[in-house]
Amino acid sequence: MLINHPLLGPRDAQEFVYKGDASLLRRPDSNAEDALERFTDYAYLRDNPAGEHRELWYHEQGDRSWLVVTRNTLTHEVLDVQLASEVGR
Amino acid sequence: MSRRISNGRIGANTVRFSFDGVQYEGREGDSLASALLANDRLLIGRSFKYHRPRGVLCLGSEEPNALVTIGTGGSQTPNTRATVQELYDGLSAVSQNRFPSLKFDLLSVNDRLSRFLTAGFYYKTFMWPRSFWESVYEPMIRRAAGLGRLSEVEDEAQYDKGFLHCDTLVIGGGVAGIEAALGAAAKGDQVILCEEFSRLGGAALFESAPLGPIDGLLAQLAKHENVRVMTRTTVQGAYDHGVYSAVTLNTDHLSQPSAKAPRQTLWRIYSNRAVLATGAHERMIAFDNNDRPGVMLCSAVRGYLNYYGVLAGDSCVVFGCHDDARKTVVDLQAAGAKVVWVDTRASHQAVEGVESFTSARVVNTRGRHRVTAVEIEQQGRRFWIKCEALAVSGGWNPRIQLTCHQGGRPVWSAAIGGFVPGDKLPPGMRVVGAAAGELLEENWEPAWDLSVNGAAFVDPQNDVTVKDIKLAHQEGYVSVEHLKRYTTLGMATDQGKNANALGIGVLSQHSGELIEAVGTTLFRPPYTPVAIGALAGRSRGKEFKPTRLTPSHEFATRRGAAFVTVGNWLRASYFPVAGETHWRESVDREALAVRQAVGVCDVTTLGKIDVQGRDAAEFLNRVYANGFLKLPVGKTRYGLMLREDGIVFDDGTAARLAENHFVVTTTTANAVSVYRHMEFVHQCLAPELDVHLISTTEAWAQFAVAGPKSRELVQRVVDMDISNEAFGFMACAETKLIDGTPARLFRISFSGELAYELAVPTRFGNSLMETLLDVGADLGAVPYGTEALGVLRIEKGHAAGNELDGRTTALNLGLGQMVAQTKDSIGRVLANRTELAQSSVRLVGFRSEQQILTGSWLIPIGASAEQANTLGWVSSACYSPNLGCYIAIGFIRDAHEYMDTQMRAVSLLDAKDVRVSVVSPHFVDPEGERLRV
Amino acid sequence: MDYSIFRVIKEALNNHKGWGPAWRNPTPKPHYDIVIVGGGGHGLATAFYLASRYGVRNIAVLEKGWLGGGNVGRNTTIVRSNYMLPGNEPFYELSMKLWEGLEQELNYNAMVSQRGVLNLCHSDAQRDAFRRRGNAMLLQGADAELLDAEDVRKLYPYLNFDDARFPILGGLLQRRGGTVRHDAVAWGYARAADQLGVDIIQNCEVLDFRIENGQVSGLETSRGFIGANKVGTAVAGSSSRLLSKAGIRLPIESHVLQAFVSEGLKPVIPGVITFGAGHFYLSQSDKGGLVFGGDIDGYNTYAQRGNMPVVEDVCEGAMGLMPMLGRARMLRGWGGIMDMSMDGSPFIDRTDIKGLFFNGGWCYGGFKATPASGLCFAHLLATGTSHEVAAQMRLDRFARGAMIDEKGQGAQPNLH
Repeated sequence: MLINHPLLGPRDAQEFVYKGDASLLRRPDSNAEDALERFTDYAYLRDNPAGEHRELWYHEQGDRSWLVVTRNTLTHEVLDVQLASEVGR
Repeated sequence: MSRRISNGRIGANTVRFSFDGVQYEGREGDSLASALLANDRLLIGRSFKYHRPRGVLCLGSEEPNALVTIGTGGSQTPNTRATVQELYDGLSAVSQNRFPSLKFDLLSVNDRLSRFLTAGFYYKTFMWPRSFWESVYEPMIRRAAGLGRLSEVEDEAQYDKGFLHCDTLVIGGGVAGIEAALGAAAKGDQVILCEEFSRLGGAALFESAPLGPIDGLLAQLAKHENVRVMTRTTVQGAYDHGVYSAVTLNTDHLSQPSAKAPRQTLWRIYSNRAVLATGAHERMIAFDNNDRPGVMLCSAVRGYLNYYGVLAGDSCVVFGCHDDARKTVVDLQAAGAKVVWVDTRASHQAVEGVESFTSARVVNTRGRHRVTAVEIEQQGRRFWIKCEALAVSGGWNPRIQLTCHQGGRPVWSAAIGGFVPGDKLPPGMRVVGAAAGELLEENWEPAWDLSVNGAAFVDPQNDVTVKDIKLAHQEGYVSVEHLKRYTTLGMATDQGKNANALGIGVLSQHSGELIEAVGTTLFRPPYTPVAIGALAGRSRGKEFKPTRLTPSHEFATRRGAAFVTVGNWLRASYFPVAGETHWRESVDREALAVRQAVGVCDVTTLGKIDVQGRDAAEFLNRVYANGFLKLPVGKTRYGLMLREDGIVFDDGTAARLAENHFVVTTTTANAVSVYRHMEFVHQCLAPELDVHLISTTEAWAQFAVAGPKSRELVQRVVDMDISNEAFGFMACAETKLIDGTPARLFRISFSGELAYELAVPTRFGNSLMETLLDVGADLGAVPYGTEALGVLRIEKGHAAGNELDGRTTALNLGLGQMVAQTKDSIGRVLANRTELAQSSVRLVGFRSEQQILTGSWLIPIGASAEQANTLGWVSSACYSPNLGCYIAIGFIRDAHEYMDTQMRAVSLLDAKDVRVSVVSPHFVDPEGERLRV
Repeated sequence: MDYSIFRVIKEALNNHKGWGPAWRNPTPKPHYDIVIVGGGGHGLATAFYLASRYGVRNIAVLEKGWLGGGNVGRNTTIVRSNYMLPGNEPFYELSMKLWEGLEQELNYNAMVSQRGVLNLCHSDAQRDAFRRRGNAMLLQGADAELLDAEDVRKLYPYLNFDDARFPILGGLLQRRGGTVRHDAVAWGYARAADQLGVDIIQNCEVLDFRIENGQVSGLETSRGFIGANKVGTAVAGSSSRLLSKAGIRLPIESHVLQAFVSEGLKPVIPGVITFGAGHFYLSQSDKGGLVFGGDIDGYNTYAQRGNMPVVEDVCEGAMGLMPMLGRARMLRGWGGIMDMSMDGSPFIDRTDIKGLFFNGGWCYGGFKATPASGLCFAHLLATGTSHEVAAQMRLDRFARGAMIDEKGQGAQPNLH
């Protein structure tokens, strides 16, 4: 599998570490009244779709960028790659 | 007899080889199969289940029968296909799966019992008595099963891996592949052309037509510098995004390969496009006893004749159901054989001088270790014809394996009588030539099961017969996947190349379903069996993983240290001195020296992360559970890091060297994951913060200098005032050594003694270690290793890896108050979940006069050893030379109730039941006075 | 029709004419008391135990493809009960006991073969962890032995003892662990359930749940509506996809686990061995193939295939541990989709929708769990209460902070 790194070009996925659903970017407000419930959902529940999936990859054997990769979980086709730090949230 | 009648296309140089101890002569360029056939050696193996005699069936890598073991000891290679193994001088092969010999195989009795040993018979019996399965039935089955044998000694060969990139990968070096390569090369593509055989040409090499056109193509190919031709290279798998795996057999064909040459190379080929030009292979027809040595596929008979100059027999029967069989008839006749042609079709274009039977079929064969006669049926009339070889073709199977590797499903083409690639191909792949079903004979007529008794082999290696397929269907195993699994059809070493299409045809014929409706199983990588050694490459033995050495490794080696692997690090575990014979003596001495004088330990392996930026303090304040905003410059703080789920992730220290500059340490084990996590928090959760992170683990050598005399020792090497007043507990500074070497100094302690950690650029690490011990000799300075480090930290009650097992909370560690509730830090919210927050489990200490084993469970005195009675477990244990008894730390529930009571530490595994006192985990200096002197 | 040696002989002499189908191919009825979705090992076992032990006979098992076509048909066949945590170990030990009597209970030889499961350790910390776990196993009624390097050498002399990057210090052995012929488990349960009247309906895909007033009343399927008082889903690998149709989000990610088999070899590996310094485990099937695997590929996927890095990683482990394997050839690799849960442990629980019950999250440990999973799910479906050994396998355990995290990796499914 290849990931087209926005700064470095195509790289073998073997250089990366996978974390999971990019919903992890949307960390809840810890001061919210229902923070416990929201954090439980945030940490544990996943859409886990069969199809397009936005997900986090870390270029550990490279420049240490966290990337948001949009990838189809049925075909593994990569549709989009962005730096996590630049993703509009 | 089967014999060599010409030089074919391989020339006349002879080489010697042996099979089952008998010496033979073959030719340079022979395959082992062709050389055996040239010597009239037809019986080569025994089948898997019935141990029936078997010979060569095919020409290439799809061979299911002629499997042999090559070599002995460290080069012993079982299950080598004689059709693929190139002959070399001195090659030594032996047959497999027979006892005591190939000709007299005791287990051929199974053949007589075959009516009992039908598909799935073992699911219906061997159940009584229950205990007999492991003791009687299964050992019997296991002994009978299997093919070749592993030597049980290390593979002596080396293997290598390589990475290649190209625009176009062409898979298969036949005419279609060469043309595809030429086309791509002309467009300027970087092209890689992989061919499984030792030379290009493909199927044409094995036909009687002259090779002139091939030579012309090869001449053109040679003009293109942008084409890399790789022979003896099989593309094995089609992976995501144009990545293909391929294996080159570098030395398997050599008599005396260089010891340094890798036997095989595994390639990962990154391509933009791929052209599959793998051609097709022929398949059998199911008739009774279609498996005898001497029964071969038509294309194989032609190939052995045209390429290797080996005539399969002086009298041959050719049996087919399509026009292609005619080529075999013509070639055999031209070679001087007496040929009889049996065709299932009503008419065909006759060959002059050849006796032909149309609307006819072969129904049986005869012969003990080789075919001697075939029975033909024509218009209800049956008769036997004597012959030395039988060439059969039931049609062609395009080699479409790689089209399935990403879920593509082959489709049935009635026109060519074979499965062709479906619509869904691996992205970027194009299929050309015979692999796409092009150029194959179209006057094909179905010929599946023509047997009378059903003793007709469909999967020859696994001994799956027509009878088995019918029985599976009768018993409701109707899905083609059920058929495969119930009968083992297609699960032999050829992975169904011979059996799948035929089996599906047979099933269709008997179930009345169309082949399209029966469906097909998918092919999975690899295309042909691949040596596990090749897939591992050089990662074996000591090179299995990289070895990381500490900066003072040279010093430690010279001191005769014992080493221990910690992750990929090699660390000194203790430094024995003269007279010490047991590790405990060394460890006790080192631990005492630290408490009484001073010791030096290389702690470089702890992760170090440089954190800089205007928001560095704010960043650490979010990453750590405890507060960091108010840490003054020049001070260090212990930091507790939680995962988002509230469980303790790691602990370490953060030293504020400047307003916007911190140095963070992590445990050795978590150095990588903590850094990853901090980058996650920064880039993903708090990109707005001005903070920059870099791992400096390998940039700085760091030494713990611990003990009451550590100040005196450190003062002798650093160029600054480190008195308690000037450099108090938890102070930190950037400084230099008296020789000017840049350094960092931290007054932190893991041992509980007055202690410092001194860091210098890595290249100065070894000399600093030596210097410290030289200048500290009069103070009694000793080097200490990880064992003493462990003793010291247990004596102090510090948690380490065994305690931080990924289930422990700050509360469990007795550090609950460290989790600041007034700020937002990772893990704070979820640490407050009910069952975590209400847990009564706490870290405590244990003392005993007897050894306490780590991993023991704590049980009240008088209670039985069962789960319900356990109070907790021992996480770390040692002998404490300072206390003169065995101590341990661990976790128990309702800890406050049990403090200062006695219980048992039980290890049922070791039959140990030790009485322990529950005490504070801070065995030494609980008030922390020594740290601050 | 009973299977026995006498019957095999009789049928052989009768040209096998008397063997009937192992199970019927029934037309779905309009309504069942209980419908199990998923005709894999867990679903079929659930139906069998519901019928045999809980007296519920009006049951259907719906399978979208062919029965046994999911993970029960694509695993490495290992059974063991070598867990540590009280939320897991009694469950797996019950499973082991059920395996031990399975063939007689089903009248189908699934080749339960207790040739031992050996976990190797290569560091003091690993040995400490093994002692803790092995003791926990003994305390919970399972068997375990802690071996030193010499003991291991006696069992497997050809492991790399002399030139290893991470020397073998010893191992944790469970002698009752072993392997089971995986397909036969599905077929055995199917046949036995069918004989008790369970309708096994293949090629029947569930398209939607019919839910009225928070209560499930049946399923829209590719073969029409099928009514049910209770629905139990056992579709590990596809749990999130299926349950999303009922509006349920799960603490699960789908990942692919690759496994491999070698060419047939004469017996050389008696039991199951796991390497402690790399991702590699193997056993040898009765047919002679070495069956081996390693870690998951590590990214969300529903494609039943993996990529080269893991293939190579597994083989590096193979050579690191057992350098004779260089000359054995990998014959086939395949991939199965795992329900990787957030703490590495499964769920057998009710959902917020009345009448809808969930069984899933088995990670790569579902095969060994098959009998206990079936029994406990049957218990839950029949009685409405959790079986005592599955009492902690609840969906709300994350909200409560009661994770069952054997590996201690937290909410990171690809690390479990």
